[in-house]
Amino acid sequence: MDAKIGVLALQGNVSEHIDAFLLALERTGHDATSEVFEVRSPADLADCTALSIPGGESTTISRLIDKNDLHEPIRQFNGGIFATCAGMVLMATEVADPRIHPLGLIDMTVDRNAFGRQCESFEIDLPLNGLDGGPFHAVFIRAPVISRAGPSLTVMARLQKGIVAVEHGKHMALSFHPELGNDTRLHERFLRANSL
Amino acid sequence: MKLEELRFGTELLKRGFASMQKGGVIMDVVNADQARIAEEAGAVAVMSLERVPSDIRKMGGVARMADPEKVAEIIEAVSIPVMGKVRIGHFVEAQVLEVLGVDMIDESEVLTPADEQYHIDKKQFKVPFVCGARNLGEALRRINEGAAMIRTKGEAGTGNVVEAVRHMRTIMGEIRMLRGLDQQEMADYAREIEAPAELVVECAERGRLPVVNFSAGGIATPSDAAMMMQLGADGVFVGSGIFKSSSPERMAKAIVEAVNHFDDPRVIANVSTGLGDAMPGLDVHTLRDDEVLQTRGR
Repeated sequence: MDAKIGVLALQGNVSEHIDAFLLALERTGHDATSEVFEVRSPADLADCTALSIPGGESTTISRLIDKNDLHEPIRQFNGGIFATCAGMVLMATEVADPRIHPLGLIDMTVDRNAFGRQCESFEIDLPLNGLDGGPFHAVFIRAPVISRAGPSLTVMARLQKGIVAVEHGKHMALSFHPELGNDTRLHERFLRANSL
Repeated sequence: MKLEELRFGTELLKRGFASMQKGGVIMDVVNADQARIAEEAGAVAVMSLERVPSDIRKMGGVARMADPEKVAEIIEAVSIPVMGKVRIGHFVEAQVLEVLGVDMIDESEVLTPADEQYHIDKKQFKVPFVCGARNLGEALRRINEGAAMIRTKGEAGTGNVVEAVRHMRTIMGEIRMLRGLDQQEMADYAREIEAPAELVVECAERGRLPVVNFSAGGIATPSDAAMMMQLGADGVFVGSGIFKSSSPERMAKAIVEAVNHFDDPRVIANVSTGLGDAMPGLDVHTLRDDEVLQTRGR
């Protein structure tokens, strides 16, 4: 099936997500009829079969989602959502921070900046449940964690501070940044979960 | 998970942090109240400093790193990243800001340089750095010293965007020009601009700087910010432009929206309506040589 992947382009690591999905589409044998493009408005969203919400500053992206009238359209979106870092914060049902207006699409509580400030940001080779090909080189930047995961979630990885990767039906939420690097296994897994 | 499996302060983490700021507005703040206003308006980060650049101009004397108490107060007040400025070459001010927990250090020409020969050896730090540049040579020398982000210098504290435009056009133009050069010409050009050849080649291949490039120094209105984005900036720093305007909350929100919709003049028109007065501006041609900040730190 043709993939039309939208990357929410309000603020943050947008071009890296576009590049990573283009690479993942190529590696999974998609031809030029599949596309990856920026989503800035409800009209852009209507063209997507799947959406990516990138990392960036979650307070800023949350404000811009509301400002651009995207909150309800994203909540009603039919396809899967690939959410990383700030994106994961926004997917939660609960965020213990009044500055965030979460989308409430995954039954979980997310804590922002759970590892501390930038000097505590880290890289680690992280084993992920169900992912073949060895540990995933994961880059955590002022990363959030899931402090409570609802019963319907599949936990893919956990560190001492909490859960850092989950799947929920067609959605995937990650604390870290799979777009910083050439490993597209998680993007490919997301495409398969969405029959793309 | 064993601690030794974790790696901190790597180049990837530093550049990755900078990359998360893209499409955002970083605002100068001098206290916790201003920091909260900036966060509420949608700033991606705040720059903590003792005085905004226009006040530094008025005060004269030696401008230094902010009081640690002030930096700590700002860190406490907001959840977004907090950056801090140090004097060019002042590696101990940088060590101090690193232990205070700032998320990025700006080695800035806005403060009085502490070393007229050397910049800070930024690779020695876990915290990422942003540095100013007027042209490709300056940008690549800073990246070679370990800067994870570049901001074009402009002329800070003037409320006049002309130098910001000049520096952004210079860097973008130099990179466009590189694409027409063969290998020998590129090596020759690298010598001419005193930049490492491999970084020049990388710019030519990618058609951009190897790190995120923001615009700074003179942005005072939503249109200024949007123009810098249309000229190719990845985001903007606004110094005196927010808190020296007549209505900082509204100016802050308007500039955030203008950066978000930089290519939609209808939105720019809308957010610019009834904003009150922008900061008072300065004609850069009236500045004495010793009042020009952009020539510090080549």
